[in-house]
Amino acid sequence: MGEIGYDVAHLLGTSILLVSFALLYQRRLTSLINAFAVQSVLLAAAAAWQGWIQASPHLYLTALIALVLKAVVIPVALHRIIARLGIHRTIERVLGVASTLALAVGLVALSLALVLPLAGEAAALTREDLALALSVVLLALLMMISRRNAIGQVVGFMSLENGLILAAIGVKGMPLVVEMSVAFAVMVAFIIFGVFFFQIRERFDSLDVQYLERFRGEGDR
Amino acid sequence: MGRGPVAALIYGGSGVAALLVTGVAFAFLIQGDSPWHLKIPIGPPGLGASLVLDGLSAVFLLAVGLAGATASVFGWGYGRDGAHKPGHHGPAPARVLPFFPLFLAGMVMVLLAGDAFGFLFGWEVMSVASWLLVLSTHDEPETPRAARLYLVMAAIGSLCLMVSFGLLAGPEAAFSFTAMREQGVGDGLTALAVVLAVLGAGSKAGLVPLHIWLPLAHPAAPSHVSALMSGVMTKVALYGLCRILFDLAGMPDWWWGALLAALGSLTAVAGVLYALLQDDIKRLLAYSTVENVGFICLSLGLALMFKADGKPVIAALAFSAALLHVLNHSLFKTLLFYGAGAVVAATGTRSLETLGGLIHRLPRTAPLLLIGSAAASALPPLNGFASEWLGFQAILNGPQLSLWGLKVGVMVVGVFAALAAALAAACFLRFFGIAFLGRPRSAEAVAAQEVTAPLQLAMVVPALLCVLVGILPGLVLRLLHDAAAIAVGTALPASGSLGWLWLAPVGQAGGLAGNSYSGFFVLLVAGGLALLVFRLIRRHAASGLRRADAWGCGYPPVGPVSQYSGASFAQPLRRVFASGVFQAREQVSMPEPGETGAASHLLRWRDPAWDFVARPVWATVDWLAGRLNHLQFLTIRRYLMLMFATLVTLLAIMAVLA
Amino acid sequence: MTSVLLSVLFQLVQLALVLAVAPLLTGCVRFAKARLLGRSGADPLQPYRTLLRLFRKEAVVAHGTSWLFRAAPYAVFTLIWLAAGLVPTFSTQLVLAPAADLIALVALLGSARFFTILAGMDAGTAFGGIGASREAMIATLAEPAMLMVIFTLAILLQTTSLAGIVETILGQGVGLRISLALGLVSLLMVAIAEAGRIPIDNPSTHLELTMVHEAMVLEYSGRHLALMELAGMLRLLLFMALIACVFCPWGIARAGDGPLVWLLGLVTFFGKMMVAVAALAVFETSIAKMRVFRIGEFLGGALLLGLLASIFLFVSTGFKG
Repeated sequence: MGEIGYDVAHLLGTSILLVSFALLYQRRLTSLINAFAVQSVLLAAAAAWQGWIQASPHLYLTALIALVLKAVVIPVALHRIIARLGIHRTIERVLGVASTLALAVGLVALSLALVLPLAGEAAALTREDLALALSVVLLALLMMISRRNAIGQVVGFMSLENGLILAAIGVKGMPLVVEMSVAFAVMVAFIIFGVFFFQIRERFDSLDVQYLERFRGEGDR
Repeated sequence: MGRGPVAALIYGGSGVAALLVTGVAFAFLIQGDSPWHLKIPIGPPGLGASLVLDGLSAVFLLAVGLAGATASVFGWGYGRDGAHKPGHHGPAPARVLPFFPLFLAGMVMVLLAGDAFGFLFGWEVMSVASWLLVLSTHDEPETPRAARLYLVMAAIGSLCLMVSFGLLAGPEAAFSFTAMREQGVGDGLTALAVVLAVLGAGSKAGLVPLHIWLPLAHPAAPSHVSALMSGVMTKVALYGLCRILFDLAGMPDWWWGALLAALGSLTAVAGVLYALLQDDIKRLLAYSTVENVGFICLSLGLALMFKADGKPVIAALAFSAALLHVLNHSLFKTLLFYGAGAVVAATGTRSLETLGGLIHRLPRTAPLLLIGSAAASALPPLNGFASEWLGFQAILNGPQLSLWGLKVGVMVVGVFAALAAALAAACFLRFFGIAFLGRPRSAEAVAAQEVTAPLQLAMVVPALLCVLVGILPGLVLRLLHDAAAIAVGTALPASGSLGWLWLAPVGQAGGLAGNSYSGFFVLLVAGGLALLVFRLIRRHAASGLRRADAWGCGYPPVGPVSQYSGASFAQPLRRVFASGVFQAREQVSMPEPGETGAASHLLRWRDPAWDFVARPVWATVDWLAGRLNHLQFLTIRRYLMLMFATLVTLLAIMAVLA
Repeated sequence: MTSVLLSVLFQLVQLALVLAVAPLLTGCVRFAKARLLGRSGADPLQPYRTLLRLFRKEAVVAHGTSWLFRAAPYAVFTLIWLAAGLVPTFSTQLVLAPAADLIALVALLGSARFFTILAGMDAGTAFGGIGASREAMIATLAEPAMLMVIFTLAILLQTTSLAGIVETILGQGVGLRISLALGLVSLLMVAIAEAGRIPIDNPSTHLELTMVHEAMVLEYSGRHLALMELAGMLRLLLFMALIACVFCPWGIARAGDGPLVWLLGLVTFFGKMMVAVAALAVFETSIAKMRVFRIGEFLGGALLLGLLASIFLFVSTGFKG
């Protein structure tokens, strides 16, 4: 593994993490989805690059899946949903931008401090990829809890899945099956959430999940 | 006041004694002697007491002595000055004079103590004397509350320190510092002692969230006492912290430093944010003390981490930064409190919103306070910047720590330190800009008159020292060699080949090297360039100068109320920083068009330290007091029973232990 | 001995150079912006004429202002001039390089801002206060953000001295690093704020409520205004030169290089500045000014990016813990 191979992989990995920050920062649904598409493109590039330096062609397939499904199909579908539903395009959030971002930096620091010393034996690249992937996963979780909107939560979930794939491609010899199943899981989740949207929309005229909570009787407590 | 000669005698005596102390400390530091020991016959039976002067205590003694000397001058002049001002009553001299020398003596006692007994005795004298001095202004509405809170917090702090020393002394009851140093008492007990020391000394120094009493008590005292409390009493507390954590408790664990650095970072940022929200100038300065204590603790925490990690040179760098800031802060904070005292003497008010334009009325005080404000804002080439620069250099060595969590943590500490420094500049811009610039906002500010010569003298000395230490910090760092050697085992290496005009910490292998700063050259070149610009403009540009009404975008001048006030200056900062933590909220109600009523602006904020720390503590103390209250109304038989039970319990404990 | 003389000479040349070029740079930015907006635009040399005119005019000082008001322009100008003289433009051999490192550079700029803000508050007008309080808010976020970028550079390159940074980058190279990219973005955001450019502040606005820097110097006229304006131009140049010298140091002459390299250094410096001018003009014409209370978020973002940059240093091979 040459120096440049490492540098590019590192650059792509950190860019994916940066887009996670952008996802946290976005105020509008459309730009949120676009940012997610960018993250998926970066993930595809990272997978392809790993496929090249590890000389394992199945990673190209992973890259292709990420590119087609997550960078094109899902974002387009989400845009359509937004257009069809005509829902509010701003995102209601639980926390302020500043505190969310500060929390996010804390989470990144936490995952670095956790992973870097632990995996001291492994190759530098694997170790750092793992740290970055963990950060992406944690930020995605943060995004899911800091957004009230169902679409925001869907995007957060898929970003979480991006983090998992990032971890998977960094490890040599990870079989394709795992990624395929993960990708399918997302598809399933996507369909479920799609159905959900229409349900919430039909009943409550909004995509705010708070309405669901009230329906369950939790809101009154 | 009719007590002129007594006041002169007491303040003169204190001043001379303080100068003497300064001289001794200075001579000791210059010579770099081995510690001076002195046995004194009084003390607890069987233990005796001893005085020890070593490199560490001498540094703090220097700060106390200098501040004590200028405070004596200021106090003397303040008493005389206050007598001439109608409408402004200083505290009655009988409530200040006896306790002022006692307060100084208590602080010196703490610093010179060679055993836990002497230390705690001096600590109590210092606490009680300063408490009585706070009470001297008892006729002001806020004083009783401030004094009561102070007493409670001081008692809790003393208790923590007492237990901490008790733990360190171990079963052998080794109360002298020498014996304490030599024996280890096991990790668990040491850890407990360290935590208690941080609580005890930290509450006295003003570490957030134990700071709540400080901004109430410090401003309540007369200004020269406020200067001492803020400028050096907090330093005496930090001395206790240094003595225990660096010297007596043995080799540190990494978490001691992490704890101190985390508390310090929090304190630094929170302190200055509080300061930005204040209207009372003396309280603003007290909160700024909290900030500076935070910066010092942060550096001390770094020093502990590096020491625990086996990097003594960098530890020495961080420790020297902390000690230099101790000296610097004692200089500029006394200066600023004297300045605030001068403003109070001249106008009779402490509220920023009633000041303004004082630069015209107090033409000598203003430039001195400008120096103090600039030093507190860490502007080069003044002294505040020199210590901040050293602190940042220590932070930059953070990646050399071996624990990953600490590597990342030090970066976060760096953000906090940088934020605190930048916010401090905004805070002192607000302080100086609102009080001294613009147009006067009240009749008192219009009628202000320059203070008398002794008051000015007391301000000139620290101001000059601020500049001097700022341009020649290398010389002062030499005085800190012994202290660093005691605390972290090695002194900061001399500034390489560059000489004493430079600050150039030399890192160890793989550390930062080649970083240097010279306040002297910065001042020299900036001065030269300024002179050049001035001469060029004198010669070649038009020299006409005309006075006219302020332009103000063509709006007609509408009196001083149209100026920005202290609250409005802080508004953008409040929105950015304080709307979360402090829940700062504003309410504006404008009268309907056509109505003639006044508009109102209501600003509200909450102090989380009060909500989460003070109130629970207060409730506990109240509850305890309520319980103990019953004890006052017992019969004699019951009292005897209590005493008997105590005796038997103690005997039983003795029996079990033996 | 010759090297000391040379570094003194270079220092003097550098001080003269930044002073001479600063108005041209501002003129070029204005010209390029005007062209992008479809106007013909004033001659790039116009700022020189404006400054000369101001120097020749009598100064009008508001009633009730103090000596601080008249002294501030000299202090501000000198401090920024000195700071600009510390950033290597064509050679790293500067005699003042060891006297003030990057941290001191930030502090010098801070001092200049300190006096500008005080001057804004001295006349006691509402607008001076607006500008002063907003500038104070901007500074409290921009300064730590810049310090974090400096920390990142210092940890990566093992020095806080600007000359040392340039020497290291030119000598050993640092490779492709995300930390540097983050640092660059953060520094660009800070530079925009500190130099008072769109979207933080609009240097050409005369709409009262949107002014920040202009509001503070509102009461100045004549030679005082000229000094303040020149200081502003120097600050723009300083930030452009700083970014160029840290992130694109190629071309800068190092110790021991010959006269040909010095000349090359000068030429590349002008090239870099022109690129920076073009980039700034395009950027400023393509976005709108933001609301004052968004500035906190913008600069808070810069601060977090700076912190991330320094944290990401730990996830890179070259880093030896």
